[in-house]
Amino acid sequence: MNAELPSVRVEDKLYYNRYLVDVGRPHVKVRAHTTPSPQLLALLKACPARCYELNDKGQVEVTVDGCIECGTCRVIGEPTGDIEWSYPRGGYGVLFKFG
Amino acid sequence: MIEERFDAIVVGAGMAGNAAALTMAKRGMKVLQLERGEYAGSKNVQGAILYADMMEKLIPDFREEAPLERHLVEQRFWMMDDRSHLAMQYRSEDFNEERPNRYTIIRAQFDKWFSSKVREAGATVLCETTVTELARDDHGRVIGVRTDRRDGEIHADVVVLAEGVNGLLGTRAGLRARPEPDKVALAVKEMHFLPRETIEARFNLEGDEGLVIEAAGTISRGMTGMGFIYANKECISLGIGCLVADFQRSGETPYGLLDHFKRHPSVAPLIAGSEVKEYSAHLIPEGGYKAIPQLYGEGWVVAGDAAQLNNAVHREGSNLAMTSGRIAAETIFQVKSRGDRMTAKNLSLYKKMLDDSFVIKDLKKYKDLPTLMHTNSQNFFLTYPQLLSRAMQNFVRVDGTPKAEKEKMTLKSFVKARSWTGLFGDAFRFARAWR
Repeated sequence: MNAELPSVRVEDKLYYNRYLVDVGRPHVKVRAHTTPSPQLLALLKACPARCYELNDKGQVEVTVDGCIECGTCRVIGEPTGDIEWSYPRGGYGVLFKFG
Repeated sequence: MIEERFDAIVVGAGMAGNAAALTMAKRGMKVLQLERGEYAGSKNVQGAILYADMMEKLIPDFREEAPLERHLVEQRFWMMDDRSHLAMQYRSEDFNEERPNRYTIIRAQFDKWFSSKVREAGATVLCETTVTELARDDHGRVIGVRTDRRDGEIHADVVVLAEGVNGLLGTRAGLRARPEPDKVALAVKEMHFLPRETIEARFNLEGDEGLVIEAAGTISRGMTGMGFIYANKECISLGIGCLVADFQRSGETPYGLLDHFKRHPSVAPLIAGSEVKEYSAHLIPEGGYKAIPQLYGEGWVVAGDAAQLNNAVHREGSNLAMTSGRIAAETIFQVKSRGDRMTAKNLSLYKKMLDDSFVIKDLKKYKDLPTLMHTNSQNFFLTYPQLLSRAMQNFVRVDGTPKAEKEKMTLKSFVKARSWTGLFGDAFRFARAWR
């Protein structure tokens, strides 16, 4: 675990990027649940944009605004049906300048 | 609905898609290429190294106008523990040649240029269009695509799936499985900007000379993974990737790993004072030969990362992508020229041609290596780097200990960590997987 480096701020990293957010049409959805599966819990750490967070009821929620569309959560969470994953609509999402 | 019918639809405008669309358009075929980004390249992420030989086969004089960064004159491999690196470096004046062999590039810029050549060749390139589904007839044959842009279907004789490592269409249509967590790596990358003189001084480069550092060891904390540092003209691409399954198991965060890599005493001085302008992430196919899915079917072929064509040992992917895209296109052109239909039987020529190329031959050579690296990651990425670092330090540090005793200590540390059986077993397994 990253005990010695707890303070990497992903939000600051995402701030460098350009996005066109498709408001109200998230391309990733988490299936409703009361207790999160191990796969969903893994996403809290594995998502490089830290789009997954626990809410105060202990459920996993996703906010896709900072998503960099790598597909890691799809590989981990889609097989179990924990998440639904599509690409954003054409033109929306992250817009890499360098890539 | 687009009433026109196309000879071929290419899904995706990365290396594979652009190679396929260009090759078919140049031969006079009616090609539609669909890309979900605002322009070709805006969704594409790579280190990135461009391999000239494969590019020349598509655009012989690309050097005259393509946005290239630096031609590589030096390659460094670093085996790292937390405070040191043991390096193997190769630099040759031979790489300062008229037609250099490898270049660093910035994918979003390069792909935009590549796409302009595809348009010039006569293909219709439609960006900001996400393909949502393959259209199929009653017999299950692929006859076109549906997109999020218009109602209805766009029809073509054949669809080239160049949709990238995370291609949804093929999986949704049941043509191939979703990549498994132990068959793909997640890499994160930052672009660090510095004045070009600073980059040249720090990396010992002159003019447009470039350099690559590839690093493995404790930076991946026992996971199967690698770090990389590429010198571009006015920026440095720096990143690290590990198997998704390892991230899932370990609870390590990708950005934590990246930060750790950046703070390493061997890395920090190279990027000191830089301005970061982008943070990106991408999956890399790591399953090798055994992970290659069905490559063709009734009315479709798949190329590039979508077909998991990546040589993880040599860190080659984009050249396999552009070669498979080109060969797919040549196959389609041959079938069309004969007046034949785009059936699985006729398109099987694609696999035959690919089997005869370096793409499949190279992947076959290393077919057992991914499994070996993945199942022994603690040894290869943690234990050995630490042992080697200690051995090297023991070798160079002068402290009055007789040399014979020093050698004995080094040998003892290896046997203690891995045992004789372990050491010979690792060497044997590695040699067998490599040959």
